[in-house]
Amino acid sequence: MQAHGFEVYRLVEKTPKVIDVGALGSLVKALIVRGYEVIGPTVRDNAIVFDHIESSEELPAGWTDEQAPGHYRLKRRKDKAIFGYAVGPQSWKKYLHPADVKLWSAERQGGTFRILNNESQPKRPYAFLGVRGCDLAAIAVQDRVLIKDKYRDPIYGSRRDSTFIVAVQCTQAAATCFCASMGTGPQAKQGFDLSLTELLDDNRHVFLVHAGSERGAALLSELEAAPATKEHLQQAETAVEAAAQQQVRNLDNTGITELLYQNFEHPRWDNVAARCLTCANCTMVCPTCFCTTVEDVSDVSGEHAERWRRWDSCFTLNFSYIHGGSVRASAKSRYRQWMTHKLAAWLDQFGTSGCVGCGRCITWCPVGIDITEEVRAIREGGINGNP
Amino acid sequence: METLERIIAEHPFFRGLESSYTGLLTGCAANARFAGGTYIFKEGGEANEFYLIRSGKVALELSAPQRKPIVVETLAEGDILGWSWLFPPYLWKFNAHATVETRAIVLDGKCLRGKCEQNHDLGYEVLKRFSQITAQRLNATRLQLLDIYGAR
Amino acid sequence: MLETETLQITGDPMLPQRYAVRHVTKETPDTFSLSLEPEDEVNGMAFKPGQFSMLWVFGVGELPISISGDPANHGRLVYTVRSVGNATHAFVSRKVGDTVGVRGPFGTGWPMESARGRDIVVVAGGIGLAPLRPVIYEVLNHRQDYGRLVLLYGARSPRDVLYRKELAAWARQAETQVLTTVDYGGLSWHGRVGVVTTLFKYARLQPARSVAMACGPEIMMRFVTRELETQGLKREDIYVSMERNMKCAVGFCGHCQYGPHFICKDGPVFRYDRIQPLLEKYEL
Repeated sequence: MQAHGFEVYRLVEKTPKVIDVGALGSLVKALIVRGYEVIGPTVRDNAIVFDHIESSEELPAGWTDEQAPGHYRLKRRKDKAIFGYAVGPQSWKKYLHPADVKLWSAERQGGTFRILNNESQPKRPYAFLGVRGCDLAAIAVQDRVLIKDKYRDPIYGSRRDSTFIVAVQCTQAAATCFCASMGTGPQAKQGFDLSLTELLDDNRHVFLVHAGSERGAALLSELEAAPATKEHLQQAETAVEAAAQQQVRNLDNTGITELLYQNFEHPRWDNVAARCLTCANCTMVCPTCFCTTVEDVSDVSGEHAERWRRWDSCFTLNFSYIHGGSVRASAKSRYRQWMTHKLAAWLDQFGTSGCVGCGRCITWCPVGIDITEEVRAIREGGINGNP
Repeated sequence: METLERIIAEHPFFRGLESSYTGLLTGCAANARFAGGTYIFKEGGEANEFYLIRSGKVALELSAPQRKPIVVETLAEGDILGWSWLFPPYLWKFNAHATVETRAIVLDGKCLRGKCEQNHDLGYEVLKRFSQITAQRLNATRLQLLDIYGAR
Repeated sequence: MLETETLQITGDPMLPQRYAVRHVTKETPDTFSLSLEPEDEVNGMAFKPGQFSMLWVFGVGELPISISGDPANHGRLVYTVRSVGNATHAFVSRKVGDTVGVRGPFGTGWPMESARGRDIVVVAGGIGLAPLRPVIYEVLNHRQDYGRLVLLYGARSPRDVLYRKELAAWARQAETQVLTTVDYGGLSWHGRVGVVTTLFKYARLQPARSVAMACGPEIMMRFVTRELETQGLKREDIYVSMERNMKCAVGFCGHCQYGPHFICKDGPVFRYDRIQPLLEKYEL
């Protein structure tokens, strides 16, 4: 069941093209020449992370990921697929909604002070290469929260406005993926400048390219490309459909707000609380979690002060602290807050689910708590969970 | 000039009481007036009456060694003062200090106790009302104990 | 119809504006009222009763504090703050002439518009009188627009009673009833002793015509709202001001969430029927 209803962007109608691996390299170079800092997937520390890349050579060709609750391993592929994996521990919020950013600084002048509006700015606009359907949906979710609500966050806004997005259509799913049931993938339909679908078999290794914007089409026209044939389109469609079929998890969103609001005291919460370490991994890897805290710091002389914004998590005790104690003192209340907010309250607040089905929280939970399983347990009334 | 019977019948505490009972109560009632600063009753004294406060202010106090008395609650117009007359040993647990001139209707508790023993229906009506007062005062006292405005 | 009104803020909501301390009043041993005026060109800061600001002390931190001054006085902002920790202590220690940073005003205000023509029942506990004082000012400034004004105020002890002179002055106004009580009597207190709900029996209320606004510790607001209902007020006519951890005040940091509501954007004033089920939930 569809959990998301996005604004329909006016898709730029351009003929889809096909490029080869070499042209992919040229795509990266062309972005750099245009002044973008290209961020793409790359292998580091036994994971596929997002980082600054200078060429397509740095992409994780021939690698895949093996994911399960509390489990992530990189494995070598038999082929040289460049995008043959799902998502890693990071998401694009690392760049759009940075973990650590200065908001302003101040200088003391006797009993008064001066405020300098000098928030941190990246040196160059970003070009994201390899944005999956779930992550595109997550960016749209964060757009709604940070730039389309009562106030506009200028830090997210300026980065977002200038970012060039090259989406990648998933042709395989990890065991923890459930974007199909959330209506966010695997097909990425809108919100990108370019989209790539990798078509790899014994005979050839090419990418079907769709333009999703004027500037995407402009860039595409500079690359060595052939027109896409019906056969390319068919192969792409089959491959993306296969990714959907491959998904073994699903989250039933029917009546999810009533379900979670009315089950505030369900015994399942005690069950998950016995397992949850409140380590906050899920909030760090989740592409839509946006909570932050502010920290006021000054130097030793006391003349110079700065205000910094840092990622925060509702799993910490401090998060809900008001004079005298934390409102959510128990692990149970904190897990319940996170899940209820993500799946239900978000709908009331922003009109969509906060979850995009990327599965990161399942993979990166040290004890393997599975959000889809928790919803199922509450819905079905059971209290027995993963051992 | 309002009659005692009418005042009692119309008082919220006695609302709904049969007129025969109101008559009974009136038979046990009298007007009372306490000058400001005097004590209506003192802790440890015999509790044989209760009061329907009509005007003024009464502070319920506890004496403590080496300090002035501590006020635990204040009552004013419309409040019922005193329930120790209901239960043995029929002794007051607090001082009732009229801090300003206070007018009240005093009801003879000893007499009423006797009548309630004879007429259990009357007894039920009286106890029903007093237990509600004690419940309200208990809840209020519990909240007072919480020290909700205190620094933590 | 909007029951709780908002006001657009001027300037960047993330950057503090500089305000100078013009006056410091010691209200109680640990509570101070500071009166601030803008240092730079700014159109004063119009606010609605019930809104709050984020107050910044250089190098120490920021505090969400309700504005407790007169909304008709556009040149000044007044805040009543109780010193309970580092940041509050730093704020109340400011001297006349010191600069503090002010962001805001933020949040929804008390329903002054929809309360026109009706009786106003204000129930305050402890420092909760501070966010309600602008309501009283507003009613007294526009007396013809409102019905009777009833203030029920409970403080911890006599020395914790705020705004004593003003309480006496308000009590002398026409169609105005002010009832004060303390939890702990003390030696020279000749007023009422008992929890704030004990004041209801002395209040001259016309429940059908009344709009109630309550503010104080959460436990107090729970039993006050129950008592208001017992007195005959409808849930849609009762408003409360809620509080949670607040960092940004603009709906981005996520800290102030209360069920589906952001207290900084959807509150802090809420209509009671909207949040009544939330008040009963432990560790929400």
